[in-house]
Amino acid sequence: MIALLLRDIRLSMRSGGGFGLALAFFLIVIVLVPFGVGPETSVLGTIAPGILWVGALLACLLSLDRIFALDYDDGSLDLMATSPLPLEGVVVVKALAHWITTGVPLTLIAPVLALLLNLPQDGYFWLLVTLAIGTPALSIIGTFGAALTVGLKRGGLLLSLLVLPMYVPTLIFGAEALRRGMRGMEAGVPLLFLAAISLAALALLPLAAAAAIRINLR
Amino acid sequence: MSLWEYANPRKFMHTSGAVLPWVIALAVVTLVVGVIWGFFFTPDDYRQGSTVKIIFLHVPSALMAINAWLMMLIASLIWLVRRHHVSALAAKAAAPIGIVMTVIALLTGAIWGQPMWGTAWEWDPRLTSFLILLLFYLGYVALWAAIDNPDTAADLTSVLCLVGSVFALLSRYAVLFWNQGLHQGASLSLDRQENVHNAFALPLYVCMAGFVALFVSLLLIRTRTEIRKRRMNALLARERAA
Repeated sequence: MIALLLRDIRLSMRSGGGFGLALAFFLIVIVLVPFGVGPETSVLGTIAPGILWVGALLACLLSLDRIFALDYDDGSLDLMATSPLPLEGVVVVKALAHWITTGVPLTLIAPVLALLLNLPQDGYFWLLVTLAIGTPALSIIGTFGAALTVGLKRGGLLLSLLVLPMYVPTLIFGAEALRRGMRGMEAGVPLLFLAAISLAALALLPLAAAAAIRINLR
Repeated sequence: MSLWEYANPRKFMHTSGAVLPWVIALAVVTLVVGVIWGFFFTPDDYRQGSTVKIIFLHVPSALMAINAWLMMLIASLIWLVRRHHVSALAAKAAAPIGIVMTVIALLTGAIWGQPMWGTAWEWDPRLTSFLILLLFYLGYVALWAAIDNPDTAADLTSVLCLVGSVFALLSRYAVLFWNQGLHQGASLSLDRQENVHNAFALPLYVCMAGFVALFVSLLLIRTRTEIRKRRMNALLARERAA
């Protein structure tokens, strides 16, 4: 499992792996927002939590179709399916690799981008916490979507259509926790819900994703 | 004699062909009676005026929008467990009907909301969860359309339907957390003191029965079409092979 994890991380770090792509996309989305809504810092500060979360979510979406597509094309996915490692385990490792190469960098870069949006002072801590807790859910849900569409020729667009509605609860609780924390309100409840979604997705979705891969490899 | 006999396409075609005209007749009669009764023979509401009458389309279509997904969920489960093709095809046939019902519910709500709430759209929990339901329907139909092999498509869409149901339900309660509602609560419950007055409730029940019958007849027609399409493809494939 560790070998597979290291392999996936190494593959996505190398050129053409799309490692920097998600970060650059996140940056561009955040930079575009002030052009759209105007440069008033008070307005930007109010909408910053939502924009940061939506931006991170869209950036996460970019690299999803790479999770299985390349392995499916060159046949490594068949090898993984026949290896002693259960397919559910492969899915978990793939989701973990995606999180390490996308979710973690997005979380780390988010406070820097929050400066551009004039996020209030109290928000930075909560931004880090909510993204750190929420991005695993994004990766796992996305891995399930990628498993569904792996056999398709142009699955990328369909993947977004399937995955985005499933991101709604994560986005709601993540942005809500950040907003409450930023205003100094009690943020524990949405944060717990966010953690619950991440953990439940981690527990259940690998089963569904592995089933989808088995169907696609048939 | 058991329910599973209708998993045989030939048996299904035979029975559904015999039942279909009656269901259509029932749908037409109940819808005509219900809508005419509701539109012309109920009093105007003292605050809402005659706009209240859109309820006779809004509530039944919303009812069917949710129950069509429930039916797809059950059909998907049957397909995954027992591999009856009719079940998978019925789930496929139900999705576009569900989309139309969801759109009708959203549109009639917007038309009513414009004069009553002063806004055609409000990020109210019920409205939002219906919009999310619509997105799930669209994804489901798109996945069916994207996959060539019918069995793979049936399998993958069934998995999507199961997972999507969980997330749709989760979203439904998540949005409660996110915004307080403008939409009125349940007012047709059997166990409540205050409900809609009978003058409105009775024609509404007729309309709901009409929409159920309409859904069943559309579903039967579409499932029969899907079965015929499957047969035609089999014939064509055999001809090409010969």
